[in-house]
Amino acid sequence: MPDYQNIFTRVQVRAAPYPGVPMEGGSSVRQGPPIFNYWLGKLGDAQLGPVYLGWLGLASLLCFFVAFEIIGLNMAASVNWNPLEFLRQLPWLALEPPGPEYGLHLPPLDKGGWWLMAGFFLTASILLWWVRMYRRARALGLGLHTAWAFASAIWLYLVLGFIRPLLMGSWSEAVPFGIFPHLDWTAAFSIRYGNLFYNPFHMLSIVFLYGSTLLFAMHGATILAVSRLGGEREIEQIVDRGTASERAALFWRWTMGFNATMESIHRWAWWFAVLCPLTGGIGILLTGTVVDNWYLWGVKHGIAPPYPPANPGGLDPASLQSGGL
Amino acid sequence: MTMHHQSRSLLRACALASLTVFISACEKSPLVESVQQGYRGTAMASIDDPETLAAKRAKAVAPVALPAVPPGGPKAGAVYQNVQVLKDLDVAQFGRLMASMTSWIAPKEGCTYCHAAGNFADDSLYTKTVARRMLEMTQSLNSQWSAHVGETGVTCYTCHGGQHIPANTWSRDAGPTRRSHIAGNRAGQNAPAPQVGYTSLPLDPFDRFLEKASEIRVNAPQALPTRPKHTADIMDAEQTYALMMHMSDGLGVNCTFCHNSRAFANWEESRPQRVTAWHGIRMVRSVNSSFIEPLAGVFPPQRLGPQGDPLKVNCATCHQGLNKPLNGAPMAKDFPELAVYAGGHEVKRYAQ
Repeated sequence: MPDYQNIFTRVQVRAAPYPGVPMEGGSSVRQGPPIFNYWLGKLGDAQLGPVYLGWLGLASLLCFFVAFEIIGLNMAASVNWNPLEFLRQLPWLALEPPGPEYGLHLPPLDKGGWWLMAGFFLTASILLWWVRMYRRARALGLGLHTAWAFASAIWLYLVLGFIRPLLMGSWSEAVPFGIFPHLDWTAAFSIRYGNLFYNPFHMLSIVFLYGSTLLFAMHGATILAVSRLGGEREIEQIVDRGTASERAALFWRWTMGFNATMESIHRWAWWFAVLCPLTGGIGILLTGTVVDNWYLWGVKHGIAPPYPPANPGGLDPASLQSGGL
Repeated sequence: MTMHHQSRSLLRACALASLTVFISACEKSPLVESVQQGYRGTAMASIDDPETLAAKRAKAVAPVALPAVPPGGPKAGAVYQNVQVLKDLDVAQFGRLMASMTSWIAPKEGCTYCHAAGNFADDSLYTKTVARRMLEMTQSLNSQWSAHVGETGVTCYTCHGGQHIPANTWSRDAGPTRRSHIAGNRAGQNAPAPQVGYTSLPLDPFDRFLEKASEIRVNAPQALPTRPKHTADIMDAEQTYALMMHMSDGLGVNCTFCHNSRAFANWEESRPQRVTAWHGIRMVRSVNSSFIEPLAGVFPPQRLGPQGDPLKVNCATCHQGLNKPLNGAPMAKDFPELAVYAGGHEVKRYAQ
């Protein structure tokens, strides 16, 4: 009897390769013979393939490859093509957007032009992948939940790299491609606009981010915990509650007074995940365009609590003209 | 579940617990000391590793001053030739200061590090020209920058610490060189650099802020956008951030030593130390632009940085990782002649 009482996958189902449901209409066929991999089976399904790539998938991969190469080769050029230095400095390396002096104009390649090109191809790749995702879901007769969830992430990406820079009138407002550099950009963004933590949409985004992880943990734990009672058939139990469903519900009613249902928990999870980048994108979009200093905005609207001053009566020394130096 | 399963789980739990104890035993204790410095809940606290701090403090000890000499006697300018800055000082006090300066800057070489042997009045050594201007600088710091140096003041030793060149200096940094001119532009940042705490922030905040007086403040003064709009952009914020990384590192403090990090710009929510630091930034600018940069033509090439500018001063030059240089020892009070400045703020130009 398979044992689910473990944090790792204990069950590997091996059967004849499953080619997937037959497709209607003029889609191209899935390619390649399926293979099985034991270690892949530790994480998910041991069967790999057959793969459907199609024109959209191919175009998306090509665009991603171009963007990846532009970014990677620029990073390599910045360390004079030295592979060891490339590895050593990789977390610091970046492809920077154009400087503010270029506004929304086209800069020379070396002064942000590469960044614009990389951004164009990465965006094309992501949008093509989204269309592919939409059409694959349609082809299989699925709902479009995955495509719309991905669209929410794309919204945040577009706000950061395209929509907000357009509204601000400068590509320099966009994020660099790089590991530490994009994190430093994030910190500098918050500092420039007077502390993003006072941005209500940032607050909401954090709620949905942490909330998503919490819901994910609660739901995953609940289903694993009741799987020995048939809880893995959670979709059936939406309309036909068995003892697994009843016990899971009772457990949460006991521990926190309220429980989701086998159906609603998935809507909770979907909405939390989708709302995280959706609200975050709104928060970024408002920053600099509608609100210039979130801390002062927070004071104005009573959401920044007053503290006893660290330096009572402390004045800006620049306003005192002291020293005359 | 069988007995076998149970004992195996128990064994695993024991192994995990003993591993945790083993790893935690490798750490010294206490790891860090946290001292609250602001209102509760604002996270304003100093966080120090006591051992590191003690080591830094042990190194930063002010030397014992030479015994004071009674006033009186002829003036240095009347006894010696070519005395310019200290001509009105009593000759005995003048001798004491010269001896002190030797021990502060060139204890091995002695007088001839700056003076030509046989003719002390001669100005042929560049070190003498520099030392003369540095004397004026020290006088300016002690007499006109009390908002930063307070009653503690500075002497040559504060920065030099017994060496010809202070341990912490900066010169213009063009960043790592690159061969390609069509790709790989780091835009003056994105390289691991100790001066900005190994972040990917801009590499040379010193030229921008500690010599040139570029605007440090990036926060908009109003909640909502104004017309004309507040011009600071995110890149400006990164520049400021880079300077602050240096200040933090140079003083061995974190952001909340000066700021309440929820509102970096707010002066009432900042600690009084921020006002001192504000004056310090202006003081360093004055040192670099009025005293050191004009000496560029006086220094021999080996004393200049890679871009041909002299080695200049930043926060770490005096502070050396401590919020109070030399642990706050009031060295200057033993040398009142270093607190009189007759010069103006005009920039002296030297022949190249």
